[in-house]
Amino acid sequence: MIEVESLSKRFADRFAVDNLSFTVSPGEVLGFLGPNGAGKSTTMKMLTGFLTPTSGTARIMGFDIQEDPVAAKRCFGYLPEGAPGYGDMSVAQFLEFIADIRGLDGARRQARLDAVITDINLQDVQGQKLDTLSKGFRRRVGLAQAILHDPQVLILDEPTDGLDPNQKHEVRKLIQGMAKDKIIVISTHILEEVEAVCSRAMIIAHGKLLADDTPANLSAQTDSGRLTDYFHHITAGGLS
Amino acid sequence: MNPTRIIFQRELAAYFATPLAYIFIIIFLLLTGVFTFYLGNFFGRGQADLQSFFTFHPWLYLFLIPAIAMRIWSEERKAGTIELLLTLPVTMGQAVWGKFLAAWSFIAIALAGTLPIWITVNYLGEPDNGVILAAYIGSLLMAGAYLAVGICISAATKSQVIAFIVSLMVCFGFTLAGFPLVLDLFSAWLPDGVTRAIASLSFLTHFQAISKGVIDVRDLIYFLAFIAAWLYASAIVIELKKAD
Repeated sequence: MIEVESLSKRFADRFAVDNLSFTVSPGEVLGFLGPNGAGKSTTMKMLTGFLTPTSGTARIMGFDIQEDPVAAKRCFGYLPEGAPGYGDMSVAQFLEFIADIRGLDGARRQARLDAVITDINLQDVQGQKLDTLSKGFRRRVGLAQAILHDPQVLILDEPTDGLDPNQKHEVRKLIQGMAKDKIIVISTHILEEVEAVCSRAMIIAHGKLLADDTPANLSAQTDSGRLTDYFHHITAGGLS
Repeated sequence: MNPTRIIFQRELAAYFATPLAYIFIIIFLLLTGVFTFYLGNFFGRGQADLQSFFTFHPWLYLFLIPAIAMRIWSEERKAGTIELLLTLPVTMGQAVWGKFLAAWSFIAIALAGTLPIWITVNYLGEPDNGVILAAYIGSLLMAGAYLAVGICISAATKSQVIAFIVSLMVCFGFTLAGFPLVLDLFSAWLPDGVTRAIASLSFLTHFQAISKGVIDVRDLIYFLAFIAAWLYASAIVIELKKAD
C-alpha cells in the first residue's frame, strides 16, 4: 500500500503540491498525469523521501517516509526524473553498487543482476560507462536499477521519456508484466501510455487533484471518447 | 555490508576511474618535492629531520584539498545522482561519512607517496622516527579538517568554482586563526575570551604541536571534533539544499 495523507509542498509563496491525499493498492498501476509543472515530480520526490513535505506525510507499505525512511526506502524502487546515474561507472559496476546498497548477496544477487540485465536488454552495454550511453540506454539502466531488488512498490518518473517507439513498447510490456501483485506509480505526459498500461489515472494541475478514475471512465466523459480531449478540457479549465 | 562502506568503496574507485586521481597525486608529490628541497632547504639545513617537508603541508593543503572537496557534493547535485543516492536505503550520515572517508583515504594515498623522503632521511642520517610518524599523523588529521570544511561548502553550492574559492578562504582563516593576521580582525571588538577561543581553533598551532612529536590527546580531539562538527553541518546543509 501507498498511503498519501494531505501532502503539501510550498516553494516560496506557491504551492507545488496542495493537500493531496490518495492510496494505491497492490495490483494497481497508477498513471500520474498533468501538464508540466503540475507537481507530478514534486509529489514523487516526497513519496520517495527526497523532498521533505511542508505538511502531510506518506506511508509506503506501512512505513512512514519521514519517521522510518530507511525501512520505507527498502520497499520501493525509484527512477528519478532524467534517470541519473554515476557517469564514471560501467553499467555492470553501477548495478552491482545498487545491488550491494540494496543488501542483495550471494546467489540471489547474481540471479537478480542476470535477470534484470536480460529483461532490459543490457547485455551489449554492460562494460560501457554510463557517460557514453545514449539517452535510451541511460533510461533503461535507470529502470534496471529501480527493479533490481524486485521491490513491492515501483515509482517511475517518466520511464519512457527519450525512448524510441520500440523501446517504449518494451518498457510498457515490462511494466505490464510486473503489474500483477505490485504497486506501480508512473508519471508521464504521454496519454497513450496511460491507456496502454495504467489501471487508474490521476490528473493533477497546480498541485491539486482534478480527476481520479480508470482511463476508460475518464475518456467516456467526453463526446469524442478520447483521453486527450478530457485531459485538455480539464487542465485547460474548460470542464470542472 | 555496511552502507557507509559500500559508498566509501564506490567513491574511492571513482577517483581512480578518471585521470583526476593521478594528476592530483603527481602534482602533490611534485609540489612537496619543490617545497622541501628548494624553499625548505632540506639538504642545506644539515639536520636529519623532515621539518622542511612538513612545514609546507598546511599551505599545500590549503590549495589542493578544496580542489578535491569542491566536487564531492556539487557534482552529485549537478548530475542529479543525489536524488538517486538519497532515495536508496541509506541514512544521510552514512552518505556523508562514506564520501568523506573515501576522499580522506585518497589524500592518505597521496601522502603515502611521500614515504621515499622518509626513507631518504633515514639513509642520510639518524632522524627521530617517532617525531616523523607523529607529524604524518598530524598532517593527515589536518588534511581531514580541511576536507570537512570543503565538503560542507561544496554541499552549499552547485558551482564548483564558488565552492573552491570560499573553501580556500575559510580554510585560510582556520589555518592562521592563532595569528595576528586573523586575530586582529576580532580582538578589537570581541571580548578577550572569545578571541582566545578563536586562536585555539588554529590548524597551524595544533599541527605544529603534533609535528614536534608530542601527540597530545587534546590536539587529536580537536581535529576529530572539528571534522565531526563540519560533517554534521554538511548533513544539515545537504538536507536544506538538496532539491535546489
